[in-house]
Amino acid sequence: MKSLFVFFLHGLNRVYTDRFTIFRFNSISILCLSIGVALLLPVKASWAETEYKEAVPVAENPEIEQRMLTLTEDLRCLVCQNESIAESRADFSNDIRRIIREQIKANKTDKEIIDFLVDRYGDFVLYNPPMKTTTALLWFGPLIFFLFSSWFLIKYLKGRRREIKEVTLSDVDRKRAAHLLDDDSHTENHINKNNKLDNQDHSTTLEQHQKADVSTSENKGNNV
Amino acid sequence: MRYLLPLFAFLILAVFLFVGLSLNPRQVPSPLIDKPAPEFELYSLHEPDRIFSSKENIGKVWLLNVWASWCVACRDEHPLLVQLANSGVVPIYGLNYKDENSTAKQWLRHYGDPYIASVVDPDGAVGIDYGVYGVPETYVIDKKGIIRHKQIGPVTVDSLQNKIIPLIVELQKQT
Repeated sequence: MKSLFVFFLHGLNRVYTDRFTIFRFNSISILCLSIGVALLLPVKASWAETEYKEAVPVAENPEIEQRMLTLTEDLRCLVCQNESIAESRADFSNDIRRIIREQIKANKTDKEIIDFLVDRYGDFVLYNPPMKTTTALLWFGPLIFFLFSSWFLIKYLKGRRREIKEVTLSDVDRKRAAHLLDDDSHTENHINKNNKLDNQDHSTTLEQHQKADVSTSENKGNNV
Repeated sequence: MRYLLPLFAFLILAVFLFVGLSLNPRQVPSPLIDKPAPEFELYSLHEPDRIFSSKENIGKVWLLNVWASWCVACRDEHPLLVQLANSGVVPIYGLNYKDENSTAKQWLRHYGDPYIASVVDPDGAVGIDYGVYGVPETYVIDKKGIIRHKQIGPVTVDSLQNKIIPLIVELQKQT
């Protein structure tokens, strides 16, 4: 659970907390950047050059550099956690890049290099977390969530279908429905009937009226 | 009930987010806890002729404090380390990380020197072995040379009293 949150948070948190100094170079670089931006002047050229260590120059061997870059693209810079080691200019990333170059020169395999870093910095250094018991929720959480919500959806839809009752219509009902659909003027009777009038006389006349209606509709049917 | 469901969903989400907020992504758990401390042989800051080996400390509980004169937060924790060293609870060794010897010595003269010895790691190679990614960091190493605790960031009164000192006392009882 914890690892899920940790991984979730990486996505959000890119604040440079000032809880403790990460690296000298880092704080200075941030300072340089903010002052430069604030003044909107090409400060970088004159003043920063002396203080600001540029990214380590591209190695003499482009093959090694390329392999190092592909490797570090999937590695997290622990100081600036939303950047990969390939992108980051923090001292930490410079060091790791240097070490990876050295190890490539020493004919280490990619796996050996990754293991070297994981041994020291933990799985957190990897952007692709390995499948383990602690990361099971991270890997299977979305699937579990999907299965659970589909189960819920199916259950909900079935329950709704059950709520709509099947009504069986008698012949009388059918006739009445046909009659009601037939002519709008009769709807009045229907409403009257529902009002359950107390007046006996009225109700009898109404029944007669309805009988008459039914017979006329029957006649109509015959005629057709 | 159907109106309460969104409320429950919201509450669950709120709990998740709340717990998430209280976690600090900077506190990356070290894989070296309960593993043997990486061995090193480095020269001491004050006696450049003397090579200090981490093996020398087998048999005692000790602290390895990663520090540098350029590290601002080190200044915050430093008085506590001096106090801890004076109390004699535990020997403290320093790892002077990516520093210059002259400024490092000056810094110690100015703020006090709590270290039995401070070894010099100019290019941070030993630091990488220990998984250092920020300074200061402090490691508690037991009698068998196993890392038992890693304090990321400055040591505080709270972390000393509630975690580090009780742990040291407990480790010292072990043979």
